[in-house]
Amino acid sequence: MLRYVAARLLTAAFMVLLATLAVFLIANSVPGDPVLSQLGDLAASNPATVAEYRQKWGLDLPIWDRYWIFLRGLLQGDLGSSIVSRRPVLADIRDYAPATIELASVAFLLSLLVGLPLGILAAVRRDSWIDNLARLVSLVGVSAPTFWLAFIMLAVFYGWLDWAPGPGQLDPVSFPPDRVTGLLLVDSLLAGDWETFQDAAAHLVLPSIVLASATLGLITRTTRAAMLEALSQDYVRVARAKGLRRRAIVLGHAAPNAMLPVVTLGGLAYANLLSGAVLTETVFSWPGLGRYTYQSAVALDFPAIMGITMIVAVVFVAVNILVDLSYALLDPRVVKG
Amino acid sequence: MHGPDDPLLQVRDLRTWFLTDAGPVRAVDGVSFDLRRGETLGIVGESGSGKSVCAKSIMRLLEEPARIVGGSVTFRGRDLATLDEEAIREVRGRDIAMVFQDPMTSLNPVLRIARQLVEAMTAHGRFTAAAARARALALLGRMGVPAPARAVRSYPHQYSGGMRQRVMLAMGVSNEPALLIADEPTTALDVTIQAQILELLRGLNADLGTAVILISHDLGVIANLCSRVLVMYAGEVVEEGSPEALLGDPRHPYTWALLNAAPRLDAATEGRRLTTIEGQPPDPRAWPEGCRFRARCPFAVARCAEHPALLPVGPGRASRCWVTQGGGALLTPARPRPAAPPPPAEAEPLLVLSGVAKHFALPREGVFAPRRILRAVDGVDLVVRRGETVGLVGESGCGKSTLARLVTRLHEPTAGSIRFAGQDITHLPQAAIRPLRRRMQMIFQDPYGSLNPRMAVGEILAGPLLLHGIVADRAAAARRVAELLDIVNLPARAAARFPHEFSGGQRQRISIARALALQPDLVVADEPVSALDVNIQAQIINLMVELQDRFGLTYLFIAHDLAVMRHVCDRIVVLYLGKVMEVAPAEALFRAPLHPYTRTLIAAVPVPDPALERGRRSAPLPGEPPNPISPPQGCRFVTRCPLAQPICREVEPALRADGRGGAVACHLAEPAVAGAGPG
Ligand SMILES: Nc1ncnc2c1ncn2[C@@H]1O[C@H](COP(=O)(O)OP(=O)(O)OP(=O)(O)O)[C@@H](O)[C@H]1O
Ligand code: SF4
Ligand code: SF4
Ligand SMILES: [Mg+2]
Repeated sequence: MLRYVAARLLTAAFMVLLATLAVFLIANSVPGDPVLSQLGDLAASNPATVAEYRQKWGLDLPIWDRYWIFLRGLLQGDLGSSIVSRRPVLADIRDYAPATIELASVAFLLSLLVGLPLGILAAVRRDSWIDNLARLVSLVGVSAPTFWLAFIMLAVFYGWLDWAPGPGQLDPVSFPPDRVTGLLLVDSLLAGDWETFQDAAAHLVLPSIVLASATLGLITRTTRAAMLEALSQDYVRVARAKGLRRRAIVLGHAAPNAMLPVVTLGGLAYANLLSGAVLTETVFSWPGLGRYTYQSAVALDFPAIMGITMIVAVVFVAVNILVDLSYALLDPRVVKG
Repeated sequence: MHGPDDPLLQVRDLRTWFLTDAGPVRAVDGVSFDLRRGETLGIVGESGSGKSVCAKSIMRLLEEPARIVGGSVTFRGRDLATLDEEAIREVRGRDIAMVFQDPMTSLNPVLRIARQLVEAMTAHGRFTAAAARARALALLGRMGVPAPARAVRSYPHQYSGGMRQRVMLAMGVSNEPALLIADEPTTALDVTIQAQILELLRGLNADLGTAVILISHDLGVIANLCSRVLVMYAGEVVEEGSPEALLGDPRHPYTWALLNAAPRLDAATEGRRLTTIEGQPPDPRAWPEGCRFRARCPFAVARCAEHPALLPVGPGRASRCWVTQGGGALLTPARPRPAAPPPPAEAEPLLVLSGVAKHFALPREGVFAPRRILRAVDGVDLVVRRGETVGLVGESGCGKSTLARLVTRLHEPTAGSIRFAGQDITHLPQAAIRPLRRRMQMIFQDPYGSLNPRMAVGEILAGPLLLHGIVADRAAAARRVAELLDIVNLPARAAARFPHEFSGGQRQRISIARALALQPDLVVADEPVSALDVNIQAQIINLMVELQDRFGLTYLFIAHDLAVMRHVCDRIVVLYLGKVMEVAPAEALFRAPLHPYTRTLIAAVPVPDPALERGRRSAPLPGEPPNPISPPQGCRFVTRCPLAQPICREVEPALRADGRGGAVACHLAEPAVAGAGPG
């Protein structure tokens, strides 16, 4: 098992490297000049300023040298400095990531808590109202545009009904708790600040529902299909012939088999959520990686873009490894070397 | 109330229909029978006759859209058909248990065997978890699973089909049910393993007094185990009686047809053409008026337009047939097989294999683990002469199909040489093989999988003709297609239809026609009749024999059914773990097998003759074939051989001529001592 993990990590590192190279090349072929977008038209018209600027940020070097510099920094845990914020990219990411992690995790939990039972019930009571509901949820979740959903939710529950707080992580008047993990829910609990916890939780409701919708749709659909498949297997008929109760058959026999595809899909979905949702974060003024990505992209902030790519690649690869490992645990037929 | 002498189970006029959108499928349509305590009842009938639906109805294990629309199933005085869901759940597994056909899919792959056994016992509150665990070990031991303590901790995929079926039997009897229903429990297994499982079932019935309902399409299996038999046709019981009476003197034409269509291992059918009945079973959506067998019945009379009842035709037996109810007899016409000239002994060899081997490299178990080699075929010598039929037999995994693929060069041999029609084809590149494919064709077990579902039959047959430039144009191709269809007894209009519109037997005719299209010399048939019902199987065998006589074909024939092999083959090669154990003319091989493996293989086949089956209580061949990745040292059969000597463990016996036109690889099998062994 250890050897297996080591081999996986090695390939993973290689994948991450490949991802950075791809983004590096793409970013450098984008028409657009970061100098122009940073200095503004007036300063950019002075060649001396431009040359100085280029030299300062290493933009005058050949492309392979720049990639090499990036890689060297990477080995030292240095992702370079953002052109926009003029701070180390890693520090930026450290600031923005917790908001995204918090939102993504709540959204993911939500879609699991709703999607799994809904998918299972839909398969067990095929063609009943709950199955129709599950099909509706999958359809809407997978096909409704996030942006549109976010606006509708805000307009209805904040603007019209006033049941939910507005955009942002906290009310403008609340003080954020002392930063320990950067996760507001956790930090406020650590600080024993119940009010801030409630405020943060309330602010999470709408964006996490919006963000969860697509994942929820996928998980419901996959769970339902996998359960239908599992319930039609011979071993389920055998379980019935043994005289097991329906609950034991569904949860004890069919569900463990049906979970295999769900784990794969769930892992990918979580990685997706973790890499930041640009639209949702923008609409809800959520200070997360999605917003950071958006800002960096608009400003052609290469170091930041590279840093984010790194993080996203690492997250995806890590989740993939976790998925494979849990597969090996869930399915005894997987060969463990 | 239910008295001690009342039947355990009374089924009365049971009707189970599938309420589909296209109208009711009347799968079981008026079945009645009784079962006494501890009795063994067999149910036979062709595919789709309603055997499984009948069994599932008893336990109410039906799937949508099946409904019990009429009748009663009285078990110990209660009608199971009308029990509520919780009450029937308590009956399932506790009073009535069921074992299904496919042991590979019957166990949950992600749960340990212990859990699956224990829950069967704890579900009914008869055992605590600890008691159930101890009992699981004892039961697995009783069922002959080696190292039960390790087995319960394992997952199903680590076990063979035979072992899994033992686990299923342990599960079935774990609550000491009064009735065990086994639906084709051995159909997916090798004959040797089948014999072991049947022996177990017999023991359970004798020791525990468990009544058994055994469903099988194999009359031999039924004769082996059952004290009474029901024959089902088109959702009804058409004949009932003891196996002796039924198999010795059938009183329903359908039973008669089943019996005569099956080739027999004992000499009774030697040299006879198999008797077949025409046509298909009727459509269960609209059973015909009158006798449901009438369209296919060779004995039909005018009265048959009325639906006959199941009435007594002798002591302890009943039949649903006007003719036998009126005292008429069903005579077996002894039609001789059209005199096939035996192939001249020294006909030119068409195919010569020497030392052929095929080794497969398996994926490593770990990054640094050693490569594992599976020796599927490991040094086979074989000569197939023009015009003869050579059969390959052996348990599953012994390398039959690999050898077939080597011969047709779908695989490239790892060692040895293959000559076809005088040409060395051992390592010919695929481009050079392609023109040779014309001359050697394959027929497979699953005719559905091997016919392109999107092509009309005409195109399927014309394709190779045009590809190999055998016909000049499409018109000529169409003429040849019609001719081919006629050769395999299909109507010319079949050319316009698609494979899914045909039954299994008809599809096999189509693939035979496709194989014949190119006028091959050699036809390699891998289990061509295994998926078919006996009657259809007999039709296909008759067709293949006839085509051989007509076109001088050479067959390399693979089947696991030894009776079929005996009927079809001139010469038989017995394989074990990738090596030849014995080669001999079919007649000699079955009359006096020399190799201990051949003997046990033959002894394992049940024969549809209850007297013979009862008299023959030799212990079945123990164990299962070892893993071909690490075959035993010395003789490969040594781990299971009843005659093994110390030398067998050290020296591998060579394949030596046996002095009667064959060869045998065994230290003890000298032609002189051949008769001396316990045969
Ligand atoms: N789900 C279904 N919907 C409609 N008809 C069905 C369904 N399952 C089975 N049938 C029909 O019920 C009839 C009886 O089927 P059954 O499985 O009992 O046959 P069987 O005698 O067990 O055959 P086999 O030897 O192939 O197992 C067949 O005509 C079959 O087509
Ligand atoms: S009743 Fe008539 S048609 Fe039916 S089996 Fe008897 S003889 Fe044949
Ligand atoms: S050589 Fe020995 S072990 Fe092998 S079959 Fe003959 S007697 Fe049995
Ligand atoms: Mg069946």
